[in-house]
Amino acid sequence: MTDTATPTTTAKDWASDQEVRWCPGCGDYSILTAVRMLMPELGTTRENTVFLSGIGCAARFPYYMNSYGLHSIHGRAPAVATGLAVTRPDLDVWVVTGDGDALSIGGNHLIHALRRNVNITILLFNNQIYGLTKGQYSPTSEQGKVTKSTPFGSLETPFNPISLALGAEATFVARTHDMDRKHMQETFRRAHAHKGAAFVEIYQNCNVFNDGAFEKITSKDARPDQLIPLVHGQPIRFGADLQHGVVLDPDGRVRVVEVADVGESSLLVHDEKRDDPGLAFQLSRLARGPYEPTPIGVFRAVEHTEYGAAMSRQLLEANERKGPGDLTALLASGGTWTVEA
Amino acid sequence: MSTATEHPTIELDRVVIRFAGDSGDGMQLTGTQFNSVSSLFGNDTATLPDFPAEIRAPAGTLAGVSAFQVHISDHDILTPGDAPSVLVAMNPAALKSNGHFVPPGGTIIVNVDAFDERSLDKAGYTTNPLIDSSLAAYTVYEVPMTSLTMEVGKLAGVKPREAERSKNFFALGLLSWLYSRPTEPTLDWITARFAKTPQVLDANTRAFKAGFNFGETAELFESNYQVRPAVHAPGTYTNVTGNTALAWGLIAAAHQANLPIFLGSYPITPASDILHELAKHKEFGIRTFQAEDEIAGVGAAIGASFGGSLGITTTSGPGIDLKSESIGMAVSLELPLLVVDIQRGGPSTGLPTKTEQSDLLHAMYGRHGEAPVPIVAAMTPSHCFEAAMEAVRIAVTYRTPVFLLSDGYLANGSEPWRLPDVADLPELHVEFATEMNHTEADGTKSFWPYIRDENLARPWAVPGTPGLEHRIGGLEKEDGTGNISYDAENHERMVHLRAAKVAAIARSIPPLEVDDVDGVGGAPVLVLGWGSTYGAIAAGVRRVRARGLKMAHLQLVHLNPFPSDLGDILKAYDHVLVPEANLGQLSKMIRAEYLVDAKILSKVQGSPFRAAEIELAVLELLGVDSPSTTVADEEVAS
Ligand code: SF4
Repeated sequence: MTDTATPTTTAKDWASDQEVRWCPGCGDYSILTAVRMLMPELGTTRENTVFLSGIGCAARFPYYMNSYGLHSIHGRAPAVATGLAVTRPDLDVWVVTGDGDALSIGGNHLIHALRRNVNITILLFNNQIYGLTKGQYSPTSEQGKVTKSTPFGSLETPFNPISLALGAEATFVARTHDMDRKHMQETFRRAHAHKGAAFVEIYQNCNVFNDGAFEKITSKDARPDQLIPLVHGQPIRFGADLQHGVVLDPDGRVRVVEVADVGESSLLVHDEKRDDPGLAFQLSRLARGPYEPTPIGVFRAVEHTEYGAAMSRQLLEANERKGPGDLTALLASGGTWTVEA
Repeated sequence: MSTATEHPTIELDRVVIRFAGDSGDGMQLTGTQFNSVSSLFGNDTATLPDFPAEIRAPAGTLAGVSAFQVHISDHDILTPGDAPSVLVAMNPAALKSNGHFVPPGGTIIVNVDAFDERSLDKAGYTTNPLIDSSLAAYTVYEVPMTSLTMEVGKLAGVKPREAERSKNFFALGLLSWLYSRPTEPTLDWITARFAKTPQVLDANTRAFKAGFNFGETAELFESNYQVRPAVHAPGTYTNVTGNTALAWGLIAAAHQANLPIFLGSYPITPASDILHELAKHKEFGIRTFQAEDEIAGVGAAIGASFGGSLGITTTSGPGIDLKSESIGMAVSLELPLLVVDIQRGGPSTGLPTKTEQSDLLHAMYGRHGEAPVPIVAAMTPSHCFEAAMEAVRIAVTYRTPVFLLSDGYLANGSEPWRLPDVADLPELHVEFATEMNHTEADGTKSFWPYIRDENLARPWAVPGTPGLEHRIGGLEKEDGTGNISYDAENHERMVHLRAAKVAAIARSIPPLEVDDVDGVGGAPVLVLGWGSTYGAIAAGVRRVRARGLKMAHLQLVHLNPFPSDLGDILKAYDHVLVPEANLGQLSKMIRAEYLVDAKILSKVQGSPFRAAEIELAVLELLGVDSPSTTVADEEVAS
């Protein structure tokens, strides 16, 4: 789906009067710019747009957008957004979150918002670290990560946000990164157009506490050989000369190959509309971490019933069946008797 | 069916009956129907369900006993009765765990078929109480309920195992005869309730009739009884539980405020029935959201309020623990939010099905930072309706979270309620902001989300309104603009503003009505109650006054802020006694606020106060020797 309306606003209209206070050089800036520049193209209005967030560096995002905004508490933004989105289907509801906010303290809300398919667009800024609290490991930090809270290295297996979202029945799952505005905007545009919960993981550089976490795959030089663009209906290929590709092995696993070795016809054709999330899940497991070829783009985009719409339909049906609510009848619904004067 | 011919009918002014049996025996159903038919008949009634937390504890054990107490009367009553004059015990465990509630001289009707050796053993009896002399102080009727029920079940064509399950209808029939209840309403009710299973319908109907006829024909009972209808004020009445009244109050309030309800809730005893009730009434535009947890329930409610709905969350104590951070956020966001706490015994999981009033200080202070939240408490099952409307009034007028406190006793207890005329319900309409409210130095108009009205409430500007785009959050805000501010003086100003806003609610609370025959200050003792102690205290007042003594009663609905005239009233009395189902929470608040020597009458047994307990405490304060009470004078007519 594309938005064809002629823009009536400019990126500047979407900037609030608040001074942006992220650390200089933080990846959040480029995401903010990408979003502000995209908004006029989405054909929506500032009054009908709401950005919600929890706690963390990323969570300051709503203050910088000249729309409605709610900076809630740690981890709870998907829950707060659910209440707003289902009661106000006329609004564009965005949730901006981070790896700690969405996957640690708010993990429960995230998975349930996804499985319910609430009509919200979730942007998860994944910098694999706790920034606002000054540098503790996060649920996406690699095992062995040495931080202030793990001086001898973290012991935990990290979450793979894409795998998690797919496991939580998410109907739209995508990944992008803060070094490529065009790719971000394309991904956000698709996420915004999706009916239901859209989940976008954004690899975001925290240059203060986890600098260069994604450099091996997102730097300009590395990108061709390290980022695998997923394009619906196309064989999965990458590399400066598209010399690399991805195949599906008979045992159900996906693997990076040289196209020359296997032939183009053997490559896996990406199908984001496949209802079974199994293949998308396999693709999400292709890279063990952001240091080897990693798929970006839309992993899954399927149409399922949107939660708020289904809820509204039940209300309409009740209204048709019973007529509009009648208070006097309600109070008498348990059976009554009358005492005469 | 005709009524008894050979048995004389004795008139009673009131009776308290306790049905007790196994969780699977349908005692709640039996008691509820006995109560309904009595209400329909015109008695004043009050009920007290008493059931275990386990859904089905092992059959025949003490842990599995479920009871339902019904108080019916020919005059207006205030409590489910201090003690039952009649106990119906469906098995030995029911007798063992409920027998002691019956004062000597009372009546016990047992299902004698259930008193076999195994069942006696399970209940912990070493000898059969029906044979030994342990029940000598009671009139005991042994009725073979199981076998007689199975006899008629055969006629209905149900299998013996299933036939046995109708025995509660036998008991209901028997008690209906014994207290001369009309049978048609119950037969109609059975027909409606079991319409989908004709065989069960037939078996239950036959069991009910068999019970009724047994009373009439067996030479067991010397007489039966009649409790005449009470004189009620003219009007249309229904029987309502606290949770239903509360749910209806929310619907009525939303209707009067012209706001759609959004309920975010997570199932918890004893609050879930409010979720169930609201989920039924989608024709009112009510959205109910069974959240993934307590936190999501309140979070979603806040999101809905931000969008212009009436955001509500319902729970019990453990849920409040989890919601505390979000309630603090609502204090900071200054959005309407209703937090309904159906209190139960704590701490921790505590006593899920038993009542307590121990969350008052939690509601008052259970958040970090200076986070004042108004508190409203319901007094009786039917008062839950009014209390809900009042809580919503405060929430939408002052743009604040509000605690509405009820408890397990009110939630499940029921009483007849004279229905209000919908046309007379208070108007609660609120306006959303539509205009910019500030002029910048350069003359341009802008919108400041924290400019306050005469109530110190900030504008409710909902997304979708052009020109009023604004950002709010949990960080401290600059007075007026609502922008993030870490300024020390601004913070102090905001803390004071939020406190002043809640304190100012007192201006909208009508003058208190003290029940004191000689006017405020006339009696030497004021009993100050809050919430569900209302019935027991009011009944206690009657008892004290029946002795020719004086006492005054004041029941608080508003616990934060206190009504402005409360201080003067308290100071007009020599003694202030505060009965509470906790260790003294309101009394602490009263002492702190007014430096009044409020005395505590505490009870934390999972059951409501009895009128006699209030009476006794007052007599002690008055220096009167403790009286001996009997069942008959337990609740005197006013
Ligand atoms: S701490 Fe890291 S993530 Fe946070 S603003 Fe600074 S650079 Fe960005």
